[in-house]
Amino acid sequence: MTGSKTPPPAKTVDEGLERGIAGLTEERIRRIIRRVLAGETGARLKAYVDTCIHCGLCSEACHFFLSRDRDPAYSPVGKVKQTLWEILRRDGRVSPDFIKEARIIASTHCNLCKRCAMYCPFGIDVAYLMLVVRRICHLLGVTPLYIQDTAHSHAATLNQMWVKDDEWIDTLMWQEEEARGEIPDLRIPLEKEGADILYSVIGPEPKFQAQLIYQAAVILHVAGVDWTMPATPGWDNSDMAMFVGDNELMGRLKRAHFETAARLRVNRIVMGECGHAFRSVYDVGNRWLGWSMPPIPIVHAIDFYHELLEEGRIRVARRFEEPVTLHDPCNVVRGGGLHEKARAVIRRTCAQLIEMEPNREHNYCCCAGGGVINCGPPYKKHRVESNRVKAEQIAAAKLKGAKVVITPCHNCHSGIEDIIHHYELGVETRFLGDILYQVMEKP
Amino acid sequence: MNRFTDGSWNPAIFDLPLSSWRERFLGVEEIQASPSGDAAAAIVRLGQEGFTVCVNGETWPEPYEKLWHLRYAPDGRLVALGSREGEWTVVVNGVAWENRFSFVWNPLFSDEGGRIAVAFQQDMAYGMAVDDVPWEESFPNLTHPLLSPDGASCAAVVQTEPLNEGDIFKYRQGIYTAAVGGRPWERRFMNAWSPAFRPDGGSLAAAVRLGPSDYTIAVDATPWEETFACVWDPLFHPQRRTVLAPVRRGGSWWLAEDGRILWDRPFVQLWQQRVSADGKRIAAVVAPSFGRWTVAVDGRPWKADAGEMVSDPCFSPDGGRLAARFKEAGRWTVAVDGRVWNQRRGMVFSPVFSPDGSRVCVRFKDKGRFGYLLDDRPWELAAEAAWDPVFSPDGDRLLLRSLEQGVFRRRVLPLADFGKV
Amino acid sequence: MNELYRLATGPLLWAAFAVFVGGSLYRLLELFLLARRRERFLFTYFSLRYGLRSIAHWVVPFAATNWRRHPALTAVTFAFHLCLLLTPIFLLAHIVLWEEAWNVSWPALPDDWAIGMSFVVIGGCLFFFARRRVVPEVAYVTSASDYGILLLTAAPFVTGVIAYLQWFDVRLFTVLHVLSGEAMLVAVPFTRIRHMLFAPLTRAYMGSEFGAVRHARDW
Repeated sequence: MTGSKTPPPAKTVDEGLERGIAGLTEERIRRIIRRVLAGETGARLKAYVDTCIHCGLCSEACHFFLSRDRDPAYSPVGKVKQTLWEILRRDGRVSPDFIKEARIIASTHCNLCKRCAMYCPFGIDVAYLMLVVRRICHLLGVTPLYIQDTAHSHAATLNQMWVKDDEWIDTLMWQEEEARGEIPDLRIPLEKEGADILYSVIGPEPKFQAQLIYQAAVILHVAGVDWTMPATPGWDNSDMAMFVGDNELMGRLKRAHFETAARLRVNRIVMGECGHAFRSVYDVGNRWLGWSMPPIPIVHAIDFYHELLEEGRIRVARRFEEPVTLHDPCNVVRGGGLHEKARAVIRRTCAQLIEMEPNREHNYCCCAGGGVINCGPPYKKHRVESNRVKAEQIAAAKLKGAKVVITPCHNCHSGIEDIIHHYELGVETRFLGDILYQVMEKP
Repeated sequence: MNRFTDGSWNPAIFDLPLSSWRERFLGVEEIQASPSGDAAAAIVRLGQEGFTVCVNGETWPEPYEKLWHLRYAPDGRLVALGSREGEWTVVVNGVAWENRFSFVWNPLFSDEGGRIAVAFQQDMAYGMAVDDVPWEESFPNLTHPLLSPDGASCAAVVQTEPLNEGDIFKYRQGIYTAAVGGRPWERRFMNAWSPAFRPDGGSLAAAVRLGPSDYTIAVDATPWEETFACVWDPLFHPQRRTVLAPVRRGGSWWLAEDGRILWDRPFVQLWQQRVSADGKRIAAVVAPSFGRWTVAVDGRPWKADAGEMVSDPCFSPDGGRLAARFKEAGRWTVAVDGRVWNQRRGMVFSPVFSPDGSRVCVRFKDKGRFGYLLDDRPWELAAEAAWDPVFSPDGDRLLLRSLEQGVFRRRVLPLADFGKV
Repeated sequence: MNELYRLATGPLLWAAFAVFVGGSLYRLLELFLLARRRERFLFTYFSLRYGLRSIAHWVVPFAATNWRRHPALTAVTFAFHLCLLLTPIFLLAHIVLWEEAWNVSWPALPDDWAIGMSFVVIGGCLFFFARRRVVPEVAYVTSASDYGILLLTAAPFVTGVIAYLQWFDVRLFTVLHVLSGEAMLVAVPFTRIRHMLFAPLTRAYMGSEFGAVRHARDW
């Protein structure tokens, strides 16, 4: 890794990686690499590798590169050089230790945010190349422990957080009961066949953030939406399988999700404020299954709130007074074009929006997405240190008066909270739904 | 129970006004219609006492703190899951099972409806109960509960040992398997999914993962010799007693039978395989090319296809015909034997064949209003709710159940009168 | 030397053009077939409108954000590529050759311009060379082949200028000019100079995904 200014992060001990490479032979590594390269990749990999002229113009797109004092090892192309180029150059003859390093780079030094695709003159998709590396590492059984455990949960329970079938239902009933304290006739309708909308969430909501389900139920109820939630697995739209490289498991999760919606005969799926889940259901998991677009339309919460406000189904009683700034989540902005709708919702619900710079498609990633935060505590310090530019953005917005950072994505929310804490920025994070719930007219 | 119909197949309309329910109770949940259309029921809210069920205007004798998942069994019994003093049980026609659990969910009915099963959790141990008899053995977790078609046997995927979160190594050694009647298979797997019974209940198959990327089908705990990149749900062939499953190899999906490739061509996707009752034909939902969906019969895809979704293929009772739901450009319709209907709606439900297979009727919903299509001919009932159509045994008449302007309506009509009454 | 010149401007030139055209078509076909065989879904998302929209933003100087962030590089890059493509096509000496061989001709650049443009290409190569040495993130990913490509690109222009200005042995440098030009043509399908073939495709694909699916800009 010559040329890198800073030494690699202090060697983290990740049992998932250590024990993963313990049984690996170079012969097996080569076999798996060849299998992936010959069987699973094609024109994209070839075109991207052949077209890259090593100009380094992608570098300044990357928050890792910028935050780590322009360390070239953290530039998008630098990460490709250390992983895929080496693999190709050596025709797959790489060591277990190389695989471990490659896994760390592909899984914890890149959020797959695709900002670099907007800075590369040729539109080379480095996120895709990192996913190829992740795929190889998955097939070799070399995956950070925390995110592997999450993927295991997905496989065993079809949700991310080991939520058992009964715990899911019980949580919904609990939130329904809580919300009835506020709105006596509120319901969370379970298994209502033929409802207009299936409301879907990510595993952490029933596990840790049940109040988000409460808030969503209030919003849906007040808006008079005909909605339902399933009492079976398939409710979780999240997908760490996509990020570890377990495409088959990703397919299983997305199939369960869409078939649950199809079984309940709903017209649309409205999802909570999650970015990676949107990516998974909108243009990754569905494609692996053969659906060119989601078979049942997916409406992200930003889009849905926008619709409810525009149609006057939710009215604002009093706008949120503290000045807010908005973090644009990569997966729904660069991945879904929802940046203007997010701003429209904020204009209706908040008194003052102070923009971060850069913003919209050019936002900096939160550094938590792409499964990076899910790789767990061993990588946390590295993660927050690798997003100093985000801290600077937020600090600049704060200087202009912003007191609240709206982060309409779960991973962003957690990642930004870590950054705020680490850099002692002294602002709050809120979901868009938190704000809407607070300011809306309720019966 | 207030009998408001004659319960016969004689053409007639019977109405049960439900508007008074809204006055009587604090809340009325979704209306459930009995299979014969002789009854309509809903979970209703009483106030301090909690909830009960109102059937044809009469309530169950005892209220519950909470009631949910009200459904009619195929034999006409009305089943809900209810709790009192923090304990849950199954309530059948207002009578609670004797067993109480920490939680119950996913009630299952045998084909004829004679038997009722449910998944339960008791003090963080999981199992199933059939007709008020719980499994003797319980497990740290249980998923995919399943009752055999004849109701004689029930099964689920079970976790056989406790697992600490983060213990990815123990997980890989295999702590999941299928359990039949509470007895787990001897063999453990990294994962098991989607168990399926042989129609006689004598054998069980499940999709299993042997290692992170080795999938196959296990039948009565024995995996197929062949492994695949992925597999979907197994299905027993009723006559051949073999197991059919979609399997992934070389980046494409194939239909396999007992581990061997059955159809001569692969697809971009293949699932929801079905076998006709006579066992002569096999169909599945397939994607012959990326983003295009249809149904394949014995490996041959229909020419007609749809870009968004194809689902729920179903054979007519005699196996001669095949229907499926098709979705294109946001609109649903039905395709029968490869011909796509012209009528398109926001939602169509499961197609229903007449006993001789000659007619197909389906319920639809469009802009919040329900109606029916009979052989591509619409009847815009503009109902607030409707239930699947039922053909009379001789196939001459239709039983339609709907909720129109607050009135539950049971219609029996000759097919010739479809759309007129 | 005359023999060599005849060889270079005769059979070798034909061979070079044949390899350039044939090789380029082969590369494109190879990529197309690879996509058809393994990633057929890519065609589903290819959108002419959004592909062109993206390309348009990247072939216009300073139209993309990243071009604006690097004004010097952008100016050099556009000048370099423009001169690289136009000079050989509109050089009078080349047009004369075309006319002799095929009896076709088109307006030529004044020679002074052509020389100036050649210096722009050579200067561009020096700029890129310097960038590879000086800018850490570029140096980090630079390999010998990158210098090789710069050399291949600069060679026909350096030799052409020398021959034109008659600084050394004109005949030697004319032959070297022809040979290096041929080498560059031949190199297009077989080195990363093939970005000239693939870049419009990768850009158009990313533009299609961003425009038609993701409803976002990619510039």
